[in-house]
Amino acid sequence: MGKTLYEKVWEAHEVRKLRNGQSQLFIDLHLLHEVTSPQAFGMLRDLGLRVRYPHRTFATVDHIVPTHDRTEPFQDPLAQSMLEALRKNTREHGIPFFDLGSGNQGIVHVIGPQLGLTQPGMTIACGDSHTSTHGAFGAVAFGIGTSQVRDVLATQTLAAKRLKVRRIQVEGRLAPGVYAKDVILHIIRHLGVKGGLGYAYEYGGSTVEAMDMESRMTLCNMSIEGGARVGYVNPDATTFQYLEGRPYAPKGAEWEEAKKRWLAFRSDPDASYDDVVTFLAEEIAPTVTWGITPGQAIPIDGRIPLLEELPEEERPVAEEALAYMGFRPGQPIKGVPVQVAFIGSCTNARLSDLREVARYLKGHKVKKGVRALVVPGSEWVAKKAEEEGIAEVFQEAGFAWRMPGCSMCLAMNPDRLEGDELCASSSNRNYKGRMGSPRGRTVLMSPLMVAAAAVAGEIADAREVFGIGR
Amino acid sequence: MLEKFTVIRGRAVPLRGEDIDTDRIIPARFMKSLTFEGLGQYLFYDERFDEKGNPKPHPLNDPRYQGATILVVESGFGSGSSREHAPQAIKRAGFRAIIGESFAEIFFGNATAIGLPCVSLAPEDLGVLFRKVEENPALEVEIDLVNKEVRFGERVAPLFLREEAREALVEGLWDPIGELLEAGELLDAFDRKLPYPRRAE
Repeated sequence: MGKTLYEKVWEAHEVRKLRNGQSQLFIDLHLLHEVTSPQAFGMLRDLGLRVRYPHRTFATVDHIVPTHDRTEPFQDPLAQSMLEALRKNTREHGIPFFDLGSGNQGIVHVIGPQLGLTQPGMTIACGDSHTSTHGAFGAVAFGIGTSQVRDVLATQTLAAKRLKVRRIQVEGRLAPGVYAKDVILHIIRHLGVKGGLGYAYEYGGSTVEAMDMESRMTLCNMSIEGGARVGYVNPDATTFQYLEGRPYAPKGAEWEEAKKRWLAFRSDPDASYDDVVTFLAEEIAPTVTWGITPGQAIPIDGRIPLLEELPEEERPVAEEALAYMGFRPGQPIKGVPVQVAFIGSCTNARLSDLREVARYLKGHKVKKGVRALVVPGSEWVAKKAEEEGIAEVFQEAGFAWRMPGCSMCLAMNPDRLEGDELCASSSNRNYKGRMGSPRGRTVLMSPLMVAAAAVAGEIADAREVFGIGR
Repeated sequence: MLEKFTVIRGRAVPLRGEDIDTDRIIPARFMKSLTFEGLGQYLFYDERFDEKGNPKPHPLNDPRYQGATILVVESGFGSGSSREHAPQAIKRAGFRAIIGESFAEIFFGNATAIGLPCVSLAPEDLGVLFRKVEENPALEVEIDLVNKEVRFGERVAPLFLREEAREALVEGLWDPIGELLEAGELLDAFDRKLPYPRRAE
C-alpha cells in the first residue's frame, strides 16, 4: 500500500511517541512574526531556555506595520513596541530577521516561498493560521499557538497528533476570469467551514496540476478557512521551476539531490485516503461571500440563499449573517454598493495577482467615492511591481499604492473599515469586525473581482466589467 | 508540577452561536501587547460592548452568570486565527473549561496546552445543557474527565475528548515542554539529518 505525502513527511519527522500518545514532531522551518512571538520569548526567558537551532527560524514583521507612513517611531506606540521586541528577541537569539527596508520584509507567507525558504517535504510551523499556504510546495505546514512557538524555539519540535487526509480533486479547465480564489471559496462553500476538522487537505487533479505556484498558494492558504489545519499540493516540475535560483534554495549539486529527495515525498499512486472529494472546474464561477464565514459564498450571478433553502443547521448563522450584513434573503449579490476595495493579504498579494489585475484594470477608473487600496505582499513584490509599471496602472486607476503588510485583512495597523462600510476584499476572512470596525462588512473574492467592484462601485462580475471571455 | 484536571465543578454560562471565530473571542486590536496579561477584560469585547464602551445584552454581562467558570458553546468554536490570545482571554476571564459540540483544531490545541479543557457533548445532550443553564443559572455542572462524563441536574452525559488530550489533562502533562526537552540529543540527530534552508554564497 502506498503512502500520501502527509504520511511520508510525518514519518520522516517523528522524533518519538510521547507518553500521552501524541508524537514529538521535528519542525524543519519555523517562521516568526511580531504578534504571536513576544510572549513565547518571554516564556523562554522565564524557563531559562535558549533557541535550540536558530538556523531553522526566520522572522519578519507584517501584522502591525503601517502601509502608508512607515516612519519610526510609528504613531501607534504599541505597534512600535512590538517591532522593537522582535528586533531585540531575534538579535539576542541569533535569528535572521527581515526588517523593514531590508528588501525582504513582507507578509510571512509571501516571503517564505519568495526567498526559497519554503521547500517540499518540510515541516513548517508559524504562529499564524495561514501557514497552510506553504503546503503549495508539498510541505506539511501549519499554524500554531504561542505556547507552541515557545516549544519550537526551545526544542525545534511540537507535540502533535497525526491528521487524516482528504484528497480534494479538481478536474478540468477553469473558465477565463476564474481563479484559484474562486476554487477555494467554492470548495469551502461545499465542504463547509468545519468540513476539514481533523483532516489535512491534499489538493490534486488536472486543474491543480495546471496551476502556477502562486495559485496553489492561494488554494492552500485558505485550507484553514475550511477547517483543515494543513493543505498541500504534491511537488512537481512547476514547484521546482519556481524554486530554482531562489536565495535560500539549494544550488548546484545540492539542487539535483534536492529534487530527487523532493519527488520521493509525492503521494504514491496507490496511496489510500481517508476521504476523496471531486470538483469540476467548469462548475466554478467567480465566487463571492455574502455572510460572516468564508463558507457563506455564492457564484457572482447567484442570489443570497433563502433560509428555507439551507440545511437546518446552517440557518442560525445565516440569520445572524443577514442581520449583520444588512442583506435580504433571495437578494442578488451583484449590485451591492461597496465603499472600500482592498487587494492584499497573504491570500492574494503576490506579484502574479497584481500583474493579472493590472492587465485588465489599465484604462479603467475606480468609481468616485470608493476607497481603494492595493497592498503588495512584500518589499520584493512592491519593487517588481513598480519596475514593471504595475504600480502606475493601479495609481492611474485611483487605487492607493501602499507598502507591504497585512493591512486591513485584520486591521492591527492604521488600515481599517469605518462604521458599517462594506469592503470588497481579496483577503481570507469575512468575520464580524475582522477589518477593524465592529460593524464593518467584508465580501471575499478574487483580486480581479475586487478591481471590478472598485470600478463599478458595487459587487460586479469582473468578466462583464473587463470584457473577459467574449 | 502542573495541575491535574480530574473533576471540574462550577456554574456555566451559555454562549449560543455556531462557528464563533477567534476574532470574535478577542478582536485583533487587543493583541497589540507583549504579554497575555489583562486579556480577560477584552473577552468577546465587540459583542459585549458598543462602540462607546457601554455594555450590551450578553450572557457574559448578565449578573446571573457572574462567577461562572464553565463556558458552554455550540459547534466549530474557535475557528479562524491561530491566536493563543483567544483561549488565554477565556482562561484569564476566570473560565476553567469549555463544553461544546466541536472545536477548531488550533484553538483546541492552544487551549489544551494552557490547561483549559475543551470537551464535547453529543448535540442532544448539549441542547439539554443549554436549556438547563438558561433556565437555572445557578445549576452546578460537573465535568468528570476520569469517568468521561458531564453531570448536571439529573443528567449524566458522556463527554468526548481526544484520548491523548484527556490523558494529558488528567495526568498533569498538558504543557508538553518538559517532555519535549527530554528528547535531548536525539534532537541533534534530527537537526543534522533534516535539511534546512542554506543561503549559497
